Amino acid sequence: MLRYLLKRLFFMVPMVFGITLISFAVIHLVPGEPGALEAEMNPKITKEARERIRSFYGLDKPLYVQYWTWLKRIVRLDFGTSFATDRRPVIDKIKERMPVTILINLLSMGLIFIFGIPIGVYCARYKDTFLDRSLTSFVFAGYAAPTFWVALLAMIFFGVYLEVLPVSGIKSYDFGEMNVFEKVFDVTRHLVLPVCISAVGSLAGISRYMKSSLLEVLRQEYITTAYAKGLPEGMVIRKHALRNALLPVITILGLSIPGLIGGSVIFESIFSIPGMGQLFYFSVMARDYPTIMGILVIGAFLTLVGNLVADVSYAVADPRIRIG
Amino acid sequence: MVNKKTLILVCFVCLCLLLSCGRKKDTARYDDPGKPAYGDMIITGSIGEPSNLIPILSSDSASHEIASFVYNGLVKYDKDLNIVGDLAESWEVSKDNLSITFKLKKGVKWQDGKPFSAHDVMYTYKVTVDPRTPTPYSGDFKLVTKAEVLDDHTFRVTYDKPFAPALISWSASIMPRHLLEGKDITTSPLKRKPVGTGPYIFTEWVPGDRVILTANPHYFEGKPCIGRYMMKIIPDTATMFLELKNNSIDLMGLTPLQYVKQTDYPAFRREFNRFKYLAFSYTYIGYNLRHDFFRDRRVRQALAYAINKQEIIDGILLGQGMDATGPFKPDMWAYDGSVKRYEYSPEKALALLKEAGFRRDADGVLRKDGRPFEFTILVNQGNVVRIQSAELIQRRLSAIGITMKIRVLEWATLINDFIDKRSFEAVLLGWTIPNDPDLFDIFHSSKQGPKELNFIGFENREVDDLLVRARHTLDRGERKKYLDRLQEVLAEEQPYTFLFVPYSLVALHKRFKAAEPAPAGIMYNFIRWYVPENQMRYRSNAAVSP
Repeated sequence: MLRYLLKRLFFMVPMVFGITLISFAVIHLVPGEPGALEAEMNPKITKEARERIRSFYGLDKPLYVQYWTWLKRIVRLDFGTSFATDRRPVIDKIKERMPVTILINLLSMGLIFIFGIPIGVYCARYKDTFLDRSLTSFVFAGYAAPTFWVALLAMIFFGVYLEVLPVSGIKSYDFGEMNVFEKVFDVTRHLVLPVCISAVGSLAGISRYMKSSLLEVLRQEYITTAYAKGLPEGMVIRKHALRNALLPVITILGLSIPGLIGGSVIFESIFSIPGMGQLFYFSVMARDYPTIMGILVIGAFLTLVGNLVADVSYAVADPRIRIG
Repeated sequence: MVNKKTLILVCFVCLCLLLSCGRKKDTARYDDPGKPAYGDMIITGSIGEPSNLIPILSSDSASHEIASFVYNGLVKYDKDLNIVGDLAESWEVSKDNLSITFKLKKGVKWQDGKPFSAHDVMYTYKVTVDPRTPTPYSGDFKLVTKAEVLDDHTFRVTYDKPFAPALISWSASIMPRHLLEGKDITTSPLKRKPVGTGPYIFTEWVPGDRVILTANPHYFEGKPCIGRYMMKIIPDTATMFLELKNNSIDLMGLTPLQYVKQTDYPAFRREFNRFKYLAFSYTYIGYNLRHDFFRDRRVRQALAYAINKQEIIDGILLGQGMDATGPFKPDMWAYDGSVKRYEYSPEKALALLKEAGFRRDADGVLRKDGRPFEFTILVNQGNVVRIQSAELIQRRLSAIGITMKIRVLEWATLINDFIDKRSFEAVLLGWTIPNDPDLFDIFHSSKQGPKELNFIGFENREVDDLLVRARHTLDRGERKKYLDRLQEVLAEEQPYTFLFVPYSLVALHKRFKAAEPAPAGIMYNFIRWYVPENQMRYRSNAAVSP
């Protein structure tokens, strides 16, 4: 087991570098340059000024030199300074955006599991009934409808029409003057729509996984045995079937680890949530290479770790995999 | 079972709490102009987050908007776009038109209490032209041959040629020397906590969320009435519009559709005033004059006749624009409305094309020496007005036998791969109209180099001459003569088909009084805006922190 783990960890190193090399190349191949982008076509900006800015950022050097400089920094875990005109350390920018994205993703993941698993179990248990079909239609409708559209409708309904929930943002204007209870309440109110709506879109995946895997388990002979013993149905499903059926769901859990830090661009823009998705989007639009690379490296690393965690937890849960 | 019931009860209570805290309806009537009072807060929305609050280092509009409240220049534009003093009490141009001597206002203080003096102006000049400062705005200041501090309140600059835009280039924000000198400006804390001389003091910046400013009680033109200014960062325009309808922001620019249709209902009109004024921009079609067909002036004139500008204004801008006859907007002093106009007339267009050697074949296609009149127009992605205009133009041109293809490109690609490489036939783009009517960079034949702005390759001796003369004439009357002639030649030559000048459309909450649109926009007298005592909404003045 330990050897397996070490081997996997060892192979992650070249993977991470491969990913950074490709993303570095791709992002630099995109036309446009930082800073100069906004200033493009502005008569007040002279050519000399443009050149000066280029050399200030080191963009006048060949690409491989730029990559090497970047690499030398990143192995010391130095993410460098942002090319946006604020010139702040990339790591600070990421740190200040990360908590809200993780909070929202954790909450919505919680919601997804709390609702998705029971829906899946119910649909498997009462397969092909009216309620099964309507639940399935509901989760698929949630999956198929574009998030931004659902979000806007919800904002119009709850924010503008009913006026019960704030339209966007995560804090009210007078947040600083509130006491702790009011603060928690204020943030909760702001989070209701984003969390619920991002959960609705993902219910389909989990509940379908749950349903199909449970259906498969229910066909097994040991389930028949359990029924034959005269166990009540609830007990059969909870004790015998569900445990075995949860295995694939664990995989999904592992695979969603990188998703925790990557916010959705569209979603965060619509709700004006200052999270990772927005940071990434603005960085791409401003060709802020160090920030883009910083986010990509962290994302790539977490994806690989997520895969590893999923594999390991498989092995822990299922003796057959551990031995084989 | 008891558990389940408790759970349901808790959920129910939560829901009730949520529902009960909806914003209370404002029943106050806002039509009463009331008396000026100090207090309240204005909330505006911005799509982008400011990047750097030292204005010479940033080029995005959000940063410049915040900076304009915090800093002052030596001069500024008044509501009719005349140059008036800001930090300068007065100024004198020498007899030879080569130097300007500014008399600075006395008793002005930086927001940290230190006195403002001519040394700050000197520092600002020096840091802007310093090659180590990565600023895009050094161009105008580089023409200065000598800058001197005569005494604490007198500052003189000298140029080696009379330079018309010189005076207004001193509207650049003046930086505090005592906080910056001897330090690296790119790492200065001022980029996130600016200290200026302006009407508002920087208070707080919650990254990705908001920037808050508070009225400066010691401002040299008097304390602004509106107590606080908050810029909320709302990256999605649809969300911003919902926030406006929800009364959570007070000021927002509208699209023609929002202005004409989506805000035209009683509840909105009860809460908001809508303003319009001509925007500082125009939309045009630029032709690559190196192209065989477009090199001929008659072809460009024919295209101007073939395009129905009014149809674009009525159909796409929903009437919220004026047709453009040249590179200025009609309420500027430099504008000349008497130039040649091209009304919609396919007949005149065809006659001119015939003159230029085009024949219309049996299949209706215009051909010259066997080559059909076909070209591709490039438009940037995301600008719906431009894309739709291109579609209307496409239809009008096909009616006279010209095939125009439309290609929509991402902005950076359009600039880098097509415009910079000069590999385009025509583009549909817009220019910002500068307050100072200097068009040298756009139409002078020497400005055709890489990354330079005469990308269409316009070369005209008379225009070159007029541009240079206008640039080096300080007397407005004389300069206007050159500019009028310049507009005549441009109208005749049609290097661009000037399409329209759109209106800036703005919604402002009704409790703010004294706002009045002028050629300069509506923000010029912001510090005189006020909310009467009984209409104030945000009373608390405690500092807001995350």
